[in-house]
Amino acid sequence: MTSETKKEPWARHKKLEKNVALLGVLAFAAVTVGGIIEIAPLFWIDNTIEKVDGMRPYTPLEQAGRDIYVREGCYNCHSQMIRPFRDEVERYGHYSLAAESMYDHPFQWGSKRTGPDLARVGLKYSDEWHVQHLNNPQQVVPESVMPQYAFLARNDLAIGDPAARLTALYRVGVPYTATDIKQAEADLKAQADPQADSADLQKRYPKSQVRDFDGQPDRLTEMDALVAYLQMLGTLVDVNAPAAQEDLAKEKGR
Amino acid sequence: MESLVARAGWWLAALLFAVFMFANAQDTGFAVHMAIFALAALAGLVIALRGTDYKLAAAGRMPVADQSRYDDGLIRAGVILTTFWGCVGFLVGLFIALQLAFPVLNLGFEYTTFGRLRPLHTSAVIFAFGGTALIATSFYIVQRTCRARLAFPALARFVFWGYQLFIVLAATGYVLGVTQGKEYAEPEWYVDLWLTLVWVAYLVVFVGTIIKRTEPHIYVANWFFLSFILTVAMLHLVNNANLPVSPFGSLSYPLWAGVQGALVQWWYGHNAVGFFLTAGFLAMMYYFVPKQAERPIYSYRLSIVHFWSLIFLYIWAGPHHLHYTALPDWAQTLGMVFSVMLWMPSWGGMINGLMTLNGAWDKVRTDPIIRMMVMSIAFYGMSTFEGPMMSIKSVNSLSHYTDWTIGHVHSGALGWNGMITFSAIYYLAPRLWNRERMYSLRMINWHFWLATIGIVFYAASMWVAGVTQGLMWREYGADNYLVNSFAETVAALHPMYLARAFGGILYLSGALIMAFNVWQTIAGNLRREEPLRQAAYDAQADRPLVAVPAE
Amino acid sequence: MTGHSTYDTLRHLADSWGLAAMVVTFLALIAWPFRPGARKLNDEAANLIFADDNAGGDDNGD
Repeated sequence: MTSETKKEPWARHKKLEKNVALLGVLAFAAVTVGGIIEIAPLFWIDNTIEKVDGMRPYTPLEQAGRDIYVREGCYNCHSQMIRPFRDEVERYGHYSLAAESMYDHPFQWGSKRTGPDLARVGLKYSDEWHVQHLNNPQQVVPESVMPQYAFLARNDLAIGDPAARLTALYRVGVPYTATDIKQAEADLKAQADPQADSADLQKRYPKSQVRDFDGQPDRLTEMDALVAYLQMLGTLVDVNAPAAQEDLAKEKGR
Repeated sequence: MESLVARAGWWLAALLFAVFMFANAQDTGFAVHMAIFALAALAGLVIALRGTDYKLAAAGRMPVADQSRYDDGLIRAGVILTTFWGCVGFLVGLFIALQLAFPVLNLGFEYTTFGRLRPLHTSAVIFAFGGTALIATSFYIVQRTCRARLAFPALARFVFWGYQLFIVLAATGYVLGVTQGKEYAEPEWYVDLWLTLVWVAYLVVFVGTIIKRTEPHIYVANWFFLSFILTVAMLHLVNNANLPVSPFGSLSYPLWAGVQGALVQWWYGHNAVGFFLTAGFLAMMYYFVPKQAERPIYSYRLSIVHFWSLIFLYIWAGPHHLHYTALPDWAQTLGMVFSVMLWMPSWGGMINGLMTLNGAWDKVRTDPIIRMMVMSIAFYGMSTFEGPMMSIKSVNSLSHYTDWTIGHVHSGALGWNGMITFSAIYYLAPRLWNRERMYSLRMINWHFWLATIGIVFYAASMWVAGVTQGLMWREYGADNYLVNSFAETVAALHPMYLARAFGGILYLSGALIMAFNVWQTIAGNLRREEPLRQAAYDAQADRPLVAVPAE
Repeated sequence: MTGHSTYDTLRHLADSWGLAAMVVTFLALIAWPFRPGARKLNDEAANLIFADDNAGGDDNGD
């Protein structure tokens, strides 16, 4: 090999084309660099890990609704990410902050708006509107191409043990307290029941809305959960409050 | 004999495990999936027991495959299943396209909504059609270019059929609502674990075959395949880091949330395009185009540059899916810059593929397979130009969230991935079944034109739809108010959605013609037909001029 | 180290040495296949797919 190296100075490179381990290692190195440089800083940089006032984990009912949102693939047609353009801000509300999706496992920013953005849809329409619209979108918006979700109102909300879901979320980093987890099932039922005592729930989950969402007070359905989730979207952070504005000013490059 | 007992034992253990999981299942989706696992294990057990020649086994002599031939059984199955999954994927695509034009087609069942069928479509075309084609062609190419049989044949069978099981689990999961809600990475945690097993085995078989090669060189197609296998493994593991709620339930939550989740997802999503749909299919190009044209690749040096620059640049481009979102600005800019740079290696590869035909351009006229390859490379060039353009932030501010993205994806997927796979199938089928040629070359020609016109309808209508929608969203009137309600922008797209569905019908018809053609080829039939080109000949005129005496 | 100084440090790195290092790596990788003496190897590699032209499979399954 040494005598050959003298004759052919580039002989070492020839090796690469003939050595699968080396080829594999170098190719792997080439494809890792970009990912590490782009992704790793997001776990340390302020404006991507910062908390803003008002953000809290989802209540068990909202989380159950969110799981239905994911299950039904709503992200295929609806975004939850308002960009800082005049038309989007006027159409949907203040542009989205990084912190507003910090408890979203998985994130649901979406990539396509076959339907409108939902990041701040909460409290823009009544519960009745949502229920009727989900049952038969074309009845409410004739131009709509949205599927009919009448089955949500027929299905009882059967999610097994809500505490298990909160525990799993706690383990991936959502700061639920021990009480939150212990009370999960009671919280779930209380939020959709105007008769129940919900003072404790509202203390632990500020701004949570307690009422019967689907118009069927005697039942807890998937419709209750989904509407509860939709009605809280974008309602937690008061983006016009001075504190939030200060955080915004610190966000770089937007 | 011991190996038979061991194999049967493994299958039995898998069967019992699946039954145990089934018995404890906490939700329907998980129960159905464990039943599918159990059926697959049962099938493996039955095949292991019935496929053995016990007389030979008792004598201690297990049958050995003919070492002087390539190991092509899986590739034959791959050609058939690629054709099948292609037709399924295109059909579901057509159906959901029609749902967007006529929402009544959602049928009111929870299993047939657009939200559940759209992942079924994307996975069926990318992972079922594309993935099966990649596994089959990589096994074909790596054997030929290494002049060696597949290493670990039993493991290769596990890879191929295990991947098919992954497809079935993913597809049934979507319909049942089992999804982790991340585009192109919808399968839940246990399906992800299964795919991880299959993928590691794939890497072992592929690298094992390269190690036992008899050729000194590792042909460039294998580089692309190797980087595709390695990178997809990395992407899959990081993006699917999930915590299941219960070991007996389908639901899980990703480790990554919010902005970190978004970047990990689009790092994954964009490189699924870059390595699954580009690197892997470029490997097909680097083998099948020179073979069909019967001349070596235009520049082997360019292919080396193409390889390193493509794999290095691609990985950075993910953030262009998150322009103007809450992702920090520097990450968006990095994504944009690398996406624009990516244009160069992509076109280098396109030029390399096209110029391979230098001196043989007449074949485009006479050989419909070559014509299909040329069209696929041309679409590769077009979509890799359009992509960098759309990643420029000002363009993206208009195109993002609209159907322009959908049109762009399909010019790549239907044009590049589809056409290069079809031509690989047309190349492989006669060779794998020892036929003189495909059943009908004229049908290939029909397929070519149906697919091409279909794509033109698709891409043009979606481009118009996207620009229309983007402009309508941001249109202000003289009174300084937004002009259009969202519903009005939806209504405006209806004609374009019809044109898109029409394009889909054409593309699907082409694929069905291919399926018929492949079937007839396997059956051993040759269609009696005129060749595609024949110089004109007129027997009447083919005679000497004789002077006619004047009257 | 605060978030902002992390940002500034990284940004500075990306604009200077990081950029230079990537350009050099990139050019080196491009120059490499065009090195003198590689032509024969490349031709060999490009033509190896034609060494075996009875690519037919066997008809009896595996």
